[in-house]
Amino acid sequence: MPEPQPDPASADVEHGSTGRRRLGLLFWASVGWLGLIATLAATADWLPIPDPTRPGVAPARQPPTLHHLLGVDVLGRDMLSRTIHGARVSLVVGFSSIAFGLLVGGAVGVLAGYFRGRFEAIAMGTVDVLLAFPALVFALALVSFLGPSLGTVTLAIGVLSIAPIARIIRASTLAFAQREFVLAARTVGARHRRIIVNEILPNVIPAAVSFALVAVAVAIVSEGALAFLGLSVAAPTPTWGSMINEGRTVLQDAPHISFVPSAAMFLTVLALNFAGDSLRARFDVGEGRL
Amino acid sequence: MNARYLGRKVLLLVPVLFAVSALSFLLLNLLPGDPAIAILGPSATEQSVAALRHDLDLDQPLPVRYVRWMGHTVTGDLGRSYVSNQPTVEAVRQRLPVTLELLLLSQLLALALAIPLALLAASKPNGLLDRASTSTAFAFLAIPNFMLGVLLIYLFAVRVHLFPATGYTPFHDHPIENLRAMALPAVTLGVAELAVYLRLLRSDLIATLQQDYITMAQAKGMSRNHILLRHALRPSAFSLVTAAGLNLGRLIGGAFVVEYLFALPGIGSLTVESIFKRDYIVVQGTVLLVAVGYVLANFAVDVLYGVLDPRVRHARATA
Repeated sequence: MPEPQPDPASADVEHGSTGRRRLGLLFWASVGWLGLIATLAATADWLPIPDPTRPGVAPARQPPTLHHLLGVDVLGRDMLSRTIHGARVSLVVGFSSIAFGLLVGGAVGVLAGYFRGRFEAIAMGTVDVLLAFPALVFALALVSFLGPSLGTVTLAIGVLSIAPIARIIRASTLAFAQREFVLAARTVGARHRRIIVNEILPNVIPAAVSFALVAVAVAIVSEGALAFLGLSVAAPTPTWGSMINEGRTVLQDAPHISFVPSAAMFLTVLALNFAGDSLRARFDVGEGRL
Repeated sequence: MNARYLGRKVLLLVPVLFAVSALSFLLLNLLPGDPAIAILGPSATEQSVAALRHDLDLDQPLPVRYVRWMGHTVTGDLGRSYVSNQPTVEAVRQRLPVTLELLLLSQLLALALAIPLALLAASKPNGLLDRASTSTAFAFLAIPNFMLGVLLIYLFAVRVHLFPATGYTPFHDHPIENLRAMALPAVTLGVAELAVYLRLLRSDLIATLQQDYITMAQAKGMSRNHILLRHALRPSAFSLVTAAGLNLGRLIGGAFVVEYLFALPGIGSLTVESIFKRDYIVVQGTVLLVAVGYVLANFAVDVLYGVLDPRVRHARATA
């Protein structure tokens, strides 16, 4: 497209102006939603809501009413209560699996990206093997052979998060390991340990945290997919994925049964993605802003 | 393409394929209790359990079992279903075209929309189109495929009878019906990929456009389109290729869910149905085949990565 007048480095200027923005309203709204969901999930047993597994609290498939704010499901169980209790499974699986993955994968990634050589070859070979199993298929296989439960689902998702985390952290470490300030530190004789702790980690950690938030979202979606296929926590315990699946057959008369847990999961995943992305934009020091 | 670099990559394939096969093989050992009883169910007779134990070499030590199992596997024998008695390879061969069509359609859809949209968005960062496409992509990333699938079924099959909610027609029977049946599944699977590709390519393009050689090209008076297409696209396509390769795994996982949701007779629904029927030998076989296919696809991506970025090719060849 022809520019009407000379436009000196417009991309730099425009991009630069968006850098280092403050954490905006949407970031805090995301944190607020996550806090709300976490609080509700933690205090679910004391809240004035019906038992999520008790059938027939209202006529089956009843849409939202004043008594049952989010309606009831095909067995007449309260949807609000089921959604709040379903959050427990999603949050526990999401956060504990990624904490595990970050601990193992992060360490492997930094060491591999920094030292390279044989350790990198072995570590990344192992990562390639883990990545060679398509994530969800791997989880599906593990969970179905071990028997579905909260523990096996968390374990499966945690183990499969190691490889992508290690790969991302290694790439991030690689990007910094060849940079001028690292070369400078090496030239003045700094030890490996010192370079990793003082030069590499401060640059890698913000990326790791923002990636971890997004990874929690992925873990929650993975648990949802397994639950949707009937391969997560067993039946009477509500999970968002299994609730969406239960409502699938009655989309015609009672779409709320699928849509309520969908909305809860959507907002949670969106909030995690948004928080992760805002942190990245906040802490990422791009070339253009140096 | 450097022959030595390619040779190293091929050599690396061997341990990866070995580990993939070993892990798939070991899956049966994860079954609680006796695998033979787990496969045949608690009501099986003693003779049939003994026969299966013999078939699976369960009376042999683990390494011997693995070698025998590998021997069968490389000759194309992945065992048979203990429910339908159909050989696993046969079942996979019947269903593979459906899965491949689904993957191809969704990937084409995602790339065909992502590349032009990213170019347009990056050419005016923070412009109207950029902001609109970035935030839409962001929202779509938060919609899991099973949720999007249910929503699309509700909108386009239940409310408006535009597409069938479930079912499948082979392409050679009726191409139009086939594409109608594939439309919702392919969109369900492709939308998240589109969002990923768009975001990646856009941000890489914007970063590339800040490089000195782009300023140089601008200084020489080259047009914006020329710079975008001829100077910026290739170095920026770098993460896109990696992502497309890595996403293949997610895409295959997604295909499992989408096939189940839309009742498409592909490998995914074969696996899920087999899990429900406790037909573990078939599950093991499909997991192995899918993983091997994924390893080979990743290999292709890695080679392509080197072709795209001479810096990597050079660094790896001299490493």
